[in-house]
Amino acid sequence: MNKLLKIFLIFFKIGSFTFGGGYAMLPIIKRELVDNLGWIKEKDIYNYYAIGQSTPGIIAVNTATMTGYSLRGVKGALAATTGFIMPSLIIITLIATFFKRFQQIDLFQHAFAAIQIAVVALIIDIVIKMWQKSDKTKVSLLIFLLAFLLLVIFNISPVFVILGSATAGILIQYFRGNLQNAYYNYQNDNQGSDE
Amino acid sequence: MIYLTLFLEFFKVGLFALGGGLAALPFLQDLIVKYGWMTAEELLNMIAISESTPGAIGINTATFIGFNTAGIPGGIIATTGLAAPSIIIITIIAHYFRKFNQHPLVESAFSGIRPAVAGLIASAAFELARGGIFQLQNLQLNGSLLELFDYKSLFLLLIIFAAIRKFKKHPIIYISTAALIGIIFKF
Repeated sequence: MNKLLKIFLIFFKIGSFTFGGGYAMLPIIKRELVDNLGWIKEKDIYNYYAIGQSTPGIIAVNTATMTGYSLRGVKGALAATTGFIMPSLIIITLIATFFKRFQQIDLFQHAFAAIQIAVVALIIDIVIKMWQKSDKTKVSLLIFLLAFLLLVIFNISPVFVILGSATAGILIQYFRGNLQNAYYNYQNDNQGSDE
Repeated sequence: MIYLTLFLEFFKVGLFALGGGLAALPFLQDLIVKYGWMTAEELLNMIAISESTPGAIGINTATFIGFNTAGIPGGIIATTGLAAPSIIIITIIAHYFRKFNQHPLVESAFSGIRPAVAGLIASAAFELARGGIFQLQNLQLNGSLLELFDYKSLFLLLIIFAAIRKFKKHPIIYISTAALIGIIFKF
């Protein structure tokens, strides 16, 4: 099958089953693109999500665009985003047309209340898997806990959490001397590839 | 020209709403008041529907308002307007990210960001659970620890979590099953 069409269809599926914010799409993206197709690395999804969180716009759309671009450039980005948005367009248009007085609203809300619980369970599962695949250092654990507590207790904006943790990451690698080594290798590699 | 107004107004929301669909809601409410596109009751119903149907909340709300204002083309145009800034900004970022993601500074930054993203995702789960599973208001009202949990929800959470860990099925299966359970047992 044409890869663009496949990207569109996968994101159509993701859009059809994402209930709530952008985080709710992660379990399905991981299942489809990492586990089933092996098109991207698990770690990359979380990078894309972090970028989607700290850029203006709807997080889910940002994440879809970012993932689509990584798969197939600008066309991939458009295919993913169109696919993700399409179910909303169809479902909401149908609801707005046929449920003029929203009589069935209770039904949706009962379903949604239970879906939210399923999403909580899926996210706990994802967080456990993220921890299992991480470097499992004390510093990572500290950043995780700090981010969680700042968000939950102090309601701080995710943008600051991401900017702060990025700074922390750079400082940690710098003081361990990893940054300097990596920089040296990176420059050598790039010189090599230019020649 | 209603289509142009819809496109531009939603483009602005997409450009300035930082933090996803819920962050877009206040902007959307302002819009509706400004143009008189909906009544307060319609607005409340619309948000409830947008939250409980698939898709990003902001996108659903945009489709709703656009459709109510100018029919099917209105829905498409409002939604396109909302998504357009994301597509433009993210495409530019993605281009440079692909170029620089091997750069030591970028790699170091993401080594710090990844555990923080886990924290972000965990906090999203916690916020969801705060509404459905923990009943903090009961604790404050009665001081009774026994009423801290909504037991029906807690029970469902444990069962679904056990099933996820044991069967490792596609997430869609758990979401669909939960929807059925929610309707049958009136969650």
